[in-house]
Amino acid sequence: MNRRIPAIMLKEVNHILRDSRTLMIVILMPIMQLVIFGYAMNMEIRGIRIGVYDYRDSALSRELVHKFAATESFQISYPQKPIGEMNRYFYQRAFHAFLIIPADFDHTMVRQNQAEVQLIIDASDPNAATMIQNYSFAVVNMFNDAERLLPIRVKTNILYNPDLKSAYFFVPGLIAMILVMISALLTSIAISKEKELGTMEQILVSPIKAHEIIIGKVLPYILLALIDAMLVLLIGKYLFKVPFVGSFPVFLAFTMLYVIVALSLGLLISTIARSQQAAMMMAITMTMLPTMMLSGFMFPIASMPKALQLITRFVPARYYLQIIRGIMLKGNGFAQLMQPGLALILMAAVLLILAIKRFSLRLK
Amino acid sequence: MNTINIEHLCYYYDKVQALDDVSLSVIEGEIHGLIGPDSAGKTTLMRILCGLMPTQEGKVSVLSLDSDDFMQIRSLIGYMPQRFSLYQDLSVAENLKFFARLFNVPAGERDKRMQDLYAFSHLEEFSGRRAGALSGGMKQKLALSCALIHRPRLLILDEPTYGVDPVSRQEFWQMLKQIQGDGTTILVSTPYMDEAELCDRVSLINGGKILESDTLTNIRSKWNRKVFSFSAPNLKQLFGVLEPLAESCQLFGNEIHIVIPNASAAQSLDIIKSRVEGIKYRYEEIESSMEDIFLSYMNPGVWRVS
Amino acid sequence: MNAEYMIRTEDLTKVFGNFTAVDKMNIEIMPGQIFGFLGANGAGKTTAIRMLCGLLKPSSGKAMVAGYDVRVDSEAIKRKIGYMSQRFSLYDDLSIGENIRFYSGIYQVPYKVAMERAKDSLKMVGLDLSMKVMTGSLPLGFKQRLALVCALLHDPPLLILDEPTSGVDPMARRAFWNVINSLAEQGKTIIVSTHFMDEAEYCHRLIIMRSGSVLVDDSPRALKEKYGSRNMQELFLLLAGAVNE
Repeated sequence: MNRRIPAIMLKEVNHILRDSRTLMIVILMPIMQLVIFGYAMNMEIRGIRIGVYDYRDSALSRELVHKFAATESFQISYPQKPIGEMNRYFYQRAFHAFLIIPADFDHTMVRQNQAEVQLIIDASDPNAATMIQNYSFAVVNMFNDAERLLPIRVKTNILYNPDLKSAYFFVPGLIAMILVMISALLTSIAISKEKELGTMEQILVSPIKAHEIIIGKVLPYILLALIDAMLVLLIGKYLFKVPFVGSFPVFLAFTMLYVIVALSLGLLISTIARSQQAAMMMAITMTMLPTMMLSGFMFPIASMPKALQLITRFVPARYYLQIIRGIMLKGNGFAQLMQPGLALILMAAVLLILAIKRFSLRLK
Repeated sequence: MNTINIEHLCYYYDKVQALDDVSLSVIEGEIHGLIGPDSAGKTTLMRILCGLMPTQEGKVSVLSLDSDDFMQIRSLIGYMPQRFSLYQDLSVAENLKFFARLFNVPAGERDKRMQDLYAFSHLEEFSGRRAGALSGGMKQKLALSCALIHRPRLLILDEPTYGVDPVSRQEFWQMLKQIQGDGTTILVSTPYMDEAELCDRVSLINGGKILESDTLTNIRSKWNRKVFSFSAPNLKQLFGVLEPLAESCQLFGNEIHIVIPNASAAQSLDIIKSRVEGIKYRYEEIESSMEDIFLSYMNPGVWRVS
Repeated sequence: MNAEYMIRTEDLTKVFGNFTAVDKMNIEIMPGQIFGFLGANGAGKTTAIRMLCGLLKPSSGKAMVAGYDVRVDSEAIKRKIGYMSQRFSLYDDLSIGENIRFYSGIYQVPYKVAMERAKDSLKMVGLDLSMKVMTGSLPLGFKQRLALVCALLHDPPLLILDEPTSGVDPMARRAFWNVINSLAEQGKTIIVSTHFMDEAEYCHRLIIMRSGSVLVDDSPRALKEKYGSRNMQELFLLLAGAVNE
């Protein structure tokens, strides 16, 4: 019976349990990351300062302004300076947007059953600008609704995230990012550290085979990474109030698969890196940026150029994000998640085989 | 039958030649010392024997196996790398058990061997202590024990006593003699010239070349020189007299050591006597050190090694 | 206290908790002497030397180094000491010139003066290399000599060598000791801390320590004669080896 894989596993578990500092990092880092990123990335807008030039100043126009003021998002005030000085306000960042109500507002509204107001938005932060625009539309829609003035009501129907809560959107993304980063980091250090300490030389002179070292190293870290997954999930659910509609076993199964992909990536990195430091740098850059940019976490894949879309196919988080959003928000089961699941299995297999092939039983 | 046979082995790191036409053999059952300074090529040679590095040029056989068969060689040899290479965060017992599992030593057999090794290394009372908390001498003993857990037929030790104090070094060598007594062949490298005395045969290595490979007695008799130690109140003046007459003349504290060929020793001493009139001096013949001998091999032009 | 001594201690003692690392040490070292500190690991060599360098405060007793009291003037003493360790203080990724510049800065030696001295010392140790050569590319024997050059930049009267030549080839070792011999001849005091017995032979006088105490204090020859030992190794094992860890 082969006792080498259990030997390596047992030893790794001992390392993990003895090194309280690393253990703290493994447990605390995901929590801190999720909480800090979570609050920093909060994309709901609050306290948007809107200046109003109401040239009509009628009951109807004041009603519109009132609708704006009634939301939590906007702070309404009436600027002192004439409208020609608007640019100066933007330069000083005194206002994010201006709402201009023309003098014929009531008139056209009654006569033509439609009226125009103008919204001028500071788009130096395009994301914020889009957000302000969307919110404003929503407010105007509400106004239309209330006044029953428009024959055709434009209504956007928002599914799965009815309150447009951005937490629903970023928590799954952060879980994907944190898991891939921590897992890859763990295993990339696991081998490069032994190379640096010289202990690898001592192991190599035994009749051990490459796959025994690699598998013995991956297994204990799966457990550790799953603990991290539980932690971030709990925080997402209870701190950021993200619902969890789907089944927990399904979540666990796919998360395990995703973690294996990340751990194998870490191992592959450690066979290339010359030092622990290099391994850490590689693990962080190879996981964090692609996960943020190319997984559909921050930017929708469909709106990327074709070449980038192709690259996203090699980013594991792309598939995991599909899976985890499906499970958490839609309650998808195995059947619906077959395709991304298979993609992850393929990735894990390729990365593990590459790591084993690249792992040299000789010294460089 | 020789345990190790090396013929015309060369090794290059990129363009730097680390081993230059090395040929040597280690006879079954002996303690063979590989003696040379830092970067002489000792570590490279040992790593090739363990299959940690490929054989680039030349032929290497270990326990009658070709060096390409390194997986099989590895299960038959014990190796102790130059740096302490055990897990510092694991205890003494955990390290031993780990290496036993790596070599697939059955559990029952393992416990028996651990008892034997404890008895031999006196490490039992520290079995629960983490390896990182052991003293230098004890770390060496533990590393040696881990290299022995699978009962290897050949032990390859890379500078096991480097940086260890003389008392622990002596103990370590006593352990090696004991291992040899159990029938294990040992190849050990060292930068300490004086450890040559403790080996059955030695190979002197420098700059990737083997300078000599023989028993110390044979090497001494081939060397064919005498060493004298002189002392006097005015060492500087004496040094001026001795230097031109000796092959080597070196100031050691309050003494001067000179090396003279056996044949001309008596004659040289007479000449010295005639030239140092007026200076009170005394001298005695002392035993040649390995360093004296090594120097003459390093510098054959000056030393005319026969 | 007599100013002619470079170092003189009176019952110098260091206690850590209930462990006496150095116990009532009394030694006298003259200028121009090569003085050896021998002992197994944990015998107290390092602690004693740290006190003499002003890095550790003695628990009791007295020590004068280069005319200064180690309890009072540790800063002044540090300027009088050059220290060279086997585990080098040189930076491998700096060139020879940059290492020299760094140490001249640390010891506040004007750069021009330091370069003059460095050139002289480099010639003395037989290193004829460009200042631009990277330290990491030098063989061990060269690095040790360069470390010596750096330790001499501030022209200290007292030089402390920690296992200066272990691992280098015999030729490099002899060349190194010839330099040390000539430094001693110029009047510099040299302390060698080692458990490498080949180095002990180069000392004029040496002490062997065990469990914090000085066992013997004499010249290598006198010690070998007194104890009937063939060489220093044998003598050391006889004295220091009597008690194990």
